[in-house]
Amino acid sequence: MASHRLGVAVFVLVATAILAAESEPNQVESEQLQDVGGSPDAVFSDAEGGFKTGDGASETVPGQAETPPHPVETGQADSAGRRVSIEVGSDRVEEPVADEELENLQAEFDLQDAPQQSEPVPTPRDHFAEELVIRPLLSGDIYTSFQFRTRWDTDLHRGKKVSHYRLFPKSLGQVISKFSVRELHISFTQGFWRTAQWGQPLLSAPPGAELWVWFQDSVADVDGAWRELTSVLSGIFCASLNFIDSTNTVQPSASFKPMGLGNVTEQRFLRYAVLPREIVCTENLTPWKKLLPCESQAGLAVLLKSEKLFHSSYHSQAVHIRPVCKDSACRETSWELSQTLGIVFDLHASGQSKREWSLFKMFSRTLTEPCPLASSSKVYVDVTDNPQGEELFDLSPAVSLQTQAVVLGDRRTFTVYDLLTPEPYGPTRSLNILLKWRQQVSVDMQRPVLHTERYVSGYGLQTGEINTLLYNSHPFRAFPVLLMETVPWYLRLYIHTLTVQSKGKENKPSYIHYLPSKDRQRPHLLEMLVQLPPHSVTKVTVQFERALLKWTEYTPDPNHGFYVSSSVVSAMVPSVVAMDTNSTEGRPLFTTLFHSTEESSYFMRVYSEPLLVNLPTPDFSMPYNVICLTSTVVAVGYGSLYNLLTRTFQVEEPSGGLTKRLANVIRRLRGVPAL
Amino acid sequence: MGLLSDPNRRRALTSLVTRLNTPLCVLCYLVGVSWFMGLAFEPFMLRTYMSENAMGSTMVEEKFVFGERAISYTREFAGQKKKTGGMPVDWLVKTMKSRGLEVYTQSFSQTLPFPDEVKERYMVRGTNVYGILRAPRGPRTESIVLSAPCSEGNNNNQAVGLLLAIASYFRSQIYWAKDIIFLVNEHDLIGTEAWLEAYHDVNMTGLRSSPMQGRAGAIQAALSLELSSDVITSMDVALEGLNGQLPNLDLVNLFYAFCQKTGVLCTIQGKLQRNDWDTLPGYTHSLSTMLLMVLKQGSGHPQGDHGLFLRYHIEAVTMRGINSFRQYKFDMTTVGKLIEGMFRKLNNLLERFHQSYFFYLMPSLTRFVSIGYYMPAFGFLALILVLRAGPVGSAERPCQSTGGWGQRRRAGDIQHFPVSETEAVVLTAIAIYVAGLALPHNTHRVLSGAGTERGWRSLKLFSLLYLAVLLGCTTLINFSLGFILAVTMIPVAAFIQPHRSSKVLHGVALILVSPATTLLLSIYLYHELIEYPVSLLECWQHFLTAVSQGILDHHLYGSLLYPLIALFIYPCWLQFWNIVFWK
Repeated sequence: MASHRLGVAVFVLVATAILAAESEPNQVESEQLQDVGGSPDAVFSDAEGGFKTGDGASETVPGQAETPPHPVETGQADSAGRRVSIEVGSDRVEEPVADEELENLQAEFDLQDAPQQSEPVPTPRDHFAEELVIRPLLSGDIYTSFQFRTRWDTDLHRGKKVSHYRLFPKSLGQVISKFSVRELHISFTQGFWRTAQWGQPLLSAPPGAELWVWFQDSVADVDGAWRELTSVLSGIFCASLNFIDSTNTVQPSASFKPMGLGNVTEQRFLRYAVLPREIVCTENLTPWKKLLPCESQAGLAVLLKSEKLFHSSYHSQAVHIRPVCKDSACRETSWELSQTLGIVFDLHASGQSKREWSLFKMFSRTLTEPCPLASSSKVYVDVTDNPQGEELFDLSPAVSLQTQAVVLGDRRTFTVYDLLTPEPYGPTRSLNILLKWRQQVSVDMQRPVLHTERYVSGYGLQTGEINTLLYNSHPFRAFPVLLMETVPWYLRLYIHTLTVQSKGKENKPSYIHYLPSKDRQRPHLLEMLVQLPPHSVTKVTVQFERALLKWTEYTPDPNHGFYVSSSVVSAMVPSVVAMDTNSTEGRPLFTTLFHSTEESSYFMRVYSEPLLVNLPTPDFSMPYNVICLTSTVVAVGYGSLYNLLTRTFQVEEPSGGLTKRLANVIRRLRGVPAL
Repeated sequence: MGLLSDPNRRRALTSLVTRLNTPLCVLCYLVGVSWFMGLAFEPFMLRTYMSENAMGSTMVEEKFVFGERAISYTREFAGQKKKTGGMPVDWLVKTMKSRGLEVYTQSFSQTLPFPDEVKERYMVRGTNVYGILRAPRGPRTESIVLSAPCSEGNNNNQAVGLLLAIASYFRSQIYWAKDIIFLVNEHDLIGTEAWLEAYHDVNMTGLRSSPMQGRAGAIQAALSLELSSDVITSMDVALEGLNGQLPNLDLVNLFYAFCQKTGVLCTIQGKLQRNDWDTLPGYTHSLSTMLLMVLKQGSGHPQGDHGLFLRYHIEAVTMRGINSFRQYKFDMTTVGKLIEGMFRKLNNLLERFHQSYFFYLMPSLTRFVSIGYYMPAFGFLALILVLRAGPVGSAERPCQSTGGWGQRRRAGDIQHFPVSETEAVVLTAIAIYVAGLALPHNTHRVLSGAGTERGWRSLKLFSLLYLAVLLGCTTLINFSLGFILAVTMIPVAAFIQPHRSSKVLHGVALILVSPATTLLLSIYLYHELIEYPVSLLECWQHFLTAVSQGILDHHLYGSLLYPLIALFIYPCWLQFWNIVFWK
């Protein structure tokens, strides 16, 4: 069985590598696949099965492609593969593919031989890259950020259904085509990024689950599609995304723009929702790992063992899907799926306060090989704070490869471990990056240029105030930020109490978009553009009243409080690099001549803390008693009081007997008042 | 209510109530008082039990072993305190930072309305230092507070030392679900008030404080620690907070449960529990414990730093280490374990404390009297006022009260008098109070219906009903205060009349139950109960202090006792005074 599976795996590897070089339009490719493959789903599932067994590591290298594919199940697809390869062989050189991709492909082709000589089938091309960035934080903690990126040069929307999936996960591909999704961003975060200690994250996310989606402009019923999409995603990611409904969905007018290609910026195709209460755990990690081509069997993903990942201070996993340019000419689009995972390991809790970090200590695994499907597999270690001469930490194994990049407005230096080369593994054939702090670092990390804080002020259960503090710690540059607050309807905002203050003076926002809530239907949406003066704290306050809910609307734990999702601050932040105009160390002088460079400011999104607000809550512990008691009090007390108040008392004369009654009858007949 | 709507029966009932009025009132009073006394009798009490599921079912294992470290922190802290001559802010910041906490400081200043002679302070300037332990993977929405005051002299050094040791131990644990705030506050209650106001961004007392930087969401519970010795013999828990607010009973149960688990002797009101409830000493023991609680709660003064948290719906208690002459002592490790256990349980809380009682009296740590049991005692007393209002109420039209007694108890131009400001304030207050007694001289001229029988009757009717409403409302908020006032004022208020013959007798009786005398007697009783009797002169000294403290409490923390007495109870009492001297 193992050899059979292996054969399938190898076949699919070869076939799809060839497919990757194809440039025919997709309509053709899918048709032909249908023709040839008969049941394309079968091919897919086989392929998946193949990958799963691919953990045998070096056995799956393309060098063993001579192994004949299993004849029974994949016979037809096999011939398809052969047909492909011939055509590919003829025109692959003309392909404008990226260099690394080309090299990679050629490397694979070189290893091919006879079995590929048959007629061609145009098929999609995709490629996969993985990387891990390790950044030691000055607090002694360590930040690791994984990114797995799959690019697929196909169009999932136009024309017929695409059924042949290779590296791109089919579950997501189907979601994209079914719901006409243009862009999808979903993140699950457990913990809050401590900006003041850790600096900026590579990718920020609010605590809980966040989902925002741009739909194609062809979608008529966006709300319906959104509702279905959230349910489907909730199944895929094993999360409570199905709790997203109209009461927590908003359509931001300015804060969220498409990240990829596409000129649709009409906000009615955008939906944004946050579930601040969502708890992220292994059941969300497992489906996320399953979207990876190598799953967690090979490559960087072997490090993702949940017992260690959840022994950390911060955990944020995300999936971003967006259309990107296929090449520099940008005539066609490709789909990019990037899966990211950011973890911060705590020095005191998981590092046992020893200032020493290694891959093994963090993940209880070491790296032995890259994912065989990956065209690039690298580990970067941020050594910016570790300049030559005054080392803060030792890094081993030492490699000579270094690279520089401007990350979030800051020039960083990275040591690069290329896992596709044998060099980093060393004689033990395993890579265990070790990072040892040399000295006690007591330097406070420089406060990031922009950060926020949010809290509820006041006491009692009637009113309160939401305060958002926006810090601009840039010494001389003012910059505008877009603040977006989504507040559930049961906190009734008094929008007339909205104040924005910087340095004790009123700071008038230049743009305010406010959509009031509707009870039980939609939340408040408040967006505003505020200019933050240099080196200042801007305080945005708005008062609210706590609504009394209907008794069925309370959560099962009403005394825990109700969550208000994080506010979102989007800004073009002046970069730190541009800040020091005087230091020219190591750089050519001409670089300082230009007033603005591409690094002068960068886009950043910052999330504040979610809020936990207590609402007036009835005592649910003894509903029966309460109902009985109140009913009795109302019935007895009010009833008799009402009786007393409305009754007219009159002293009743003893009736005069029969004669008087008779007289009265006569008097009534005469129309005279009775006696 | 058919009874009332039927004129005949109503008449009968009225006549019954009128005829048997005095015996009924006496009976009500006796029943009310004996009901209250009976509350301290163990068979009538409920045993405490844990209502909160998150508190009860889970087990925690305490692993705190750093008692020695706590003592070394204590020494270092004491040294630094002596060196800086106050709170060693820099040292605390450095120490907490090196333990991996997020440390912030908050400086505040407050000017008292007049110098506080007990604590010797007038212009208060201080700094609170607090470190936040961020829960791993926590979204900063909930937190728990452990606070220790940095007091003058050598007090409470051990509390700060233990707090630091606990902080560094907690920091290395992974299981925290809520952020933990470690607060060292200066100037005890003023510091706590400043910190709480800044945390909740409100300003009620005119404090000036620096804006607060670090927060950790909604505080769910708080423990305040007071320790002044390296070893303790027992742990006392203080519950009574500002305006007589009490923490949820579950928090008290939690304290008791962990005292049992770690074997630490625990007391409430400084009194150990006794088992001999069926003997007279056993009964008086629990009665005196309960009376102490009533007196403390009635004072409305926070009995520890925790007392100010309660306003913000943060359940809190103060734990006080007592070192007496007992043989068996507990070291810091045990105390640390006790706190660790409580924090781990608080960490498990899913919701705020809400399951158990908020209104209760505790005759011992394992027994409590809930609101349903103690309210009838007051009900019987209040019934007297209603019963008395019946016969008096033959007057049809209640006259208007000449409200608005000027309670301007401000010391004006004090430089010219050879007394200190505090004395001046207190003496002026007493002077105005006494001057009020002369009021009947003038009031009869402005009151309509003066000099008539109907006049005083309507005034009395109004006063009785007013007193009933007033005491009823007070009791709902602060049972103890309401009950103390009811026990003293009601019998006299119900029976006074402007009789020429017994005017002096009535006058003396009324003075004996005036709020000031009640305060004096309460102070005397309190000292009797804590087995630290005072002479009458000392009692008078304490009385003067209590008056000035009451005014200060109002200014500094928003205590309601002083305005309540000055604006409501005393004017009400004056109305009765007017009745006695009705012309």
